[in-house]
Amino acid sequence: MRAVRNSWRRRAAALGATALVAAPVLATAPAQAQQPTVLRVALVQSIDHLNPFTASFASTAMIGRISWEFLTLASAEDNLPVPGLAESWTPSADGLTWTFKIRDAKWSDGKPLTARDAAFTFNRMMSDPAAREANGTFVEQFQAVTAPDDRTLTVTLKKPQASMTALDVPIVPEHIWSGVTDMASPETDTVAKVGVGSGPFTITEYQTNQLVKMKANEHYWRGAPKVDELHFVRFDNADAAVNALNNGEVDLINRLTATQFDSLKDKPGITTNKAVGRRYDELLINPGAQNFDRQPIGDGHPALKDVRVRKAIARAIDPATIIDKVLGGYGEAPGGIVPPVFKTYHYEPGPAEKYTFDLAAANAALDQAGYPKGADGVRVGPDGRRLELRLTGHATRDYDQRVVKYLSGWLGEIGIKVIEKLVSDNEVDESTSAGNYDLAISGWGTNPDPDYILAKQTCSVLPATAGSTSSNAFFCDPEYDRLYALQAAETDIPKRAEYAKQAQARYYDQAPSVVLDYKNALEAYRSDKFSSLTKQPVADGALMEQSGYWSFYGAVPAGEDAAAADSGGLPTGAWIAIGAGAVLLVVLIGVGVSRRGKAAGSDDDKE
Amino acid sequence: MTEAVSTATGTELPDPDERRGGTGTLRFLAGKIGAGLVSLLLVVVLGFLLFRMIPGDPVTTMTRDRPTSPQQLAELRARLGVDKPMLQQFLDYFGGLLRGDLGTSYIYNRPVADMIGERVWPTILLVGTATVLAVALGLWLGVRAAWRRGSGFDKVQTGVALTLWSVPQFWLGLMLLIATQGLFPSRGMTSPDTPPGFFPELLDVAHHLVLPCVTLLAVIYAQYMLVMRSSLLEEMNADYLTTARAKGLRDDLVRRRHAVPNALLPTVTLVFLQFGLVVSGTVTVEAVFSWPGLGLLTFEALRGPDLPLLQGVFLILAGSVVVMNLFAEVLYRVLDPRVRAS
Repeated sequence: MRAVRNSWRRRAAALGATALVAAPVLATAPAQAQQPTVLRVALVQSIDHLNPFTASFASTAMIGRISWEFLTLASAEDNLPVPGLAESWTPSADGLTWTFKIRDAKWSDGKPLTARDAAFTFNRMMSDPAAREANGTFVEQFQAVTAPDDRTLTVTLKKPQASMTALDVPIVPEHIWSGVTDMASPETDTVAKVGVGSGPFTITEYQTNQLVKMKANEHYWRGAPKVDELHFVRFDNADAAVNALNNGEVDLINRLTATQFDSLKDKPGITTNKAVGRRYDELLINPGAQNFDRQPIGDGHPALKDVRVRKAIARAIDPATIIDKVLGGYGEAPGGIVPPVFKTYHYEPGPAEKYTFDLAAANAALDQAGYPKGADGVRVGPDGRRLELRLTGHATRDYDQRVVKYLSGWLGEIGIKVIEKLVSDNEVDESTSAGNYDLAISGWGTNPDPDYILAKQTCSVLPATAGSTSSNAFFCDPEYDRLYALQAAETDIPKRAEYAKQAQARYYDQAPSVVLDYKNALEAYRSDKFSSLTKQPVADGALMEQSGYWSFYGAVPAGEDAAAADSGGLPTGAWIAIGAGAVLLVVLIGVGVSRRGKAAGSDDDKE
Repeated sequence: MTEAVSTATGTELPDPDERRGGTGTLRFLAGKIGAGLVSLLLVVVLGFLLFRMIPGDPVTTMTRDRPTSPQQLAELRARLGVDKPMLQQFLDYFGGLLRGDLGTSYIYNRPVADMIGERVWPTILLVGTATVLAVALGLWLGVRAAWRRGSGFDKVQTGVALTLWSVPQFWLGLMLLIATQGLFPSRGMTSPDTPPGFFPELLDVAHHLVLPCVTLLAVIYAQYMLVMRSSLLEEMNADYLTTARAKGLRDDLVRRRHAVPNALLPTVTLVFLQFGLVVSGTVTVEAVFSWPGLGLLTFEALRGPDLPLLQGVFLILAGSVVVMNLFAEVLYRVLDPRVRAS
């Protein structure tokens, strides 16, 4: 018995020793080959699918922007339109016909890229509902799109559209996509379909919600990028992603929390980037929700239809405290609904218009407006209803949980009782889109072109049926709509910006919602591996989720020395060997302990 | 131990014919399989209704935060079929199920069956490895702890097992990740840049497996250890052990040949009962390490909510519990003559 056991043990030891020796050899042998430079990006948001006509998540939109070039792009400098596939563009005098001059370029498979590809892309979207899923809003006003020759693209519109130089529509190759009959079919996510592009990188591998690999496109018209490959790897756990950046498993990460960002701040080899964000947080104040036919819907508190009450609420909020305490200092002070990152169109209220935090003034305004305080300190409206307001927020979001406490504290001080309702994201969506709220925490991400976010506040997007709204705050105001229409039809940028600011000023004054802050985009990257990544805007913008591909295209690998130092870490195989060794050690110790235990055990029992 | 089985077999009906040899066994099996099928049917119906009670509109969720017009929303609703009456949706779904079609994921735009198919193996690898190790470790420690009950070893082992059992998997996983300082990969089952070839790929998967497996192992081995310990303790006062000792048998022989085989029964059934549950219990571990298995898929489907995917995953998870319970019952009958007799 003992002999048998010993021989077994000897064999196991031999096996372990072999593994110990063999593993690093096996693993390092292929690593000797010339390694391509790879920029590995951690994605902490889901990857839905890659078909550029239907992909809708922020991560996939970002990957689409890298794969397929647009007619025009938002520049890295200041987000204003610069040439993409279109070398130049000219609107007709009435603004209804746009002519784009398409550059002489090639697809990544070497085939020529022509105006017919662009015409195909737009016509497909106009004729096939499934192809409108992701970017359909851009072609809503399109009458016809034609390509009279290989270099000319003509778009005729039903009515003037200022966003013609910001069409966020990836142009796809006709020779690949014309064969696709069902735009919703899974085949449209295969590399055979999505692998041919005209952007700086093209897709070479895709694992659902796990990994997207991209390779530099040598036919890219600006010239091939300096990085050979891009890997987008999905992390379901943001803390694990931060850990991976620390360990050098990934090179770039975004959507960090303030705590995670602070923890990375002074790490050697890592550079953090605090960018002016594209998002704003807001407090919706139900101004009397109504549908498209102006019939009231939902169960909002009637007092909130009174603009004086909404203004008093706006005055009782201190954004400085929210930015400091809730966002950990990583936010910008609020103004209009276009964030300051888009400087051209951003509205900043002057001292006279600004709602400065003043509880006494807010109290006085409500007294004056006819909402006296009752015996319990809660105000009562002219109709006898107490000012008891529900405040809806997302239970899953740390921001909401904390901001709700501050808001109910301040509103309590001006005699408004707040009933906090923290519920699931879907419940928030459901109650806000049906008008069943008084106050609600919401927020939006915006594009360089202000049209979409401004359009969301017009009367024309009020819901046809309850719950189907694309209105943001149930705002419907003729003066706002007039200013919106003026900016939408204006193609001269400075003039358009002026109208856009006036429209935001009107919105700000009527306060159907109060912008609380513009969150910073918090990002970090391995500066020991990549010496520079282009921000958008260059001065203080973000690296990921840009309106373009500037960061990835402009990525410059760090010098030879740094690269060598970095790859000096132990290869995977060595770590497995160490792991195997550790396991072996544990087994040996275990056996030892068990033998001692056995001896001790027998002794115990003999007594 | 009988408690563990009876809770797992809530649908068990007394069968007067069970005593009669072959026919009894067949009947027993047919009854169990029938009850399993009824459970599955209930799962299908309940799953369908439950997931439609989740507030919110999948279309709104999918289009949140990006430019969409009301027409686009309506077109999307029509494509996904969520604009149809509930009964029609259920009939479509059930008809699809009968043809083996689990539907198409709203978010990933792929057949649910395909998505589940490619996620099953990573989960089996992770859960399988962890279970095998946990059973081995749990039984070994359990036997030792019971044989030397009250000793320092027993107290320490029981304490450690109970502590690990009550630790949240999520937290333990993160702590391991941080503590190992990059020795092991932070996510997934494979690295994007592993050179092709059987050995490098095998090593790569093994390397990725270490942390999630250890996390899962640390949490699940405790129950095997505790059950083994208590069932061996029950056996230890039995007369046959006194007899064996009286015959002058060596202590470790008494333990290995007589006590342990008798005490093993509850643990073996527990392994099968647990296996069904563990598949769903890996949600947290898989979410921490982004391990591409069924648990992670559940997590992703819930976040949507991606109704077809949720229903599919729900069906598979419930199905695995039903099947494993069936195995446990059959196995128990095979292993323990007393159950067959009564």
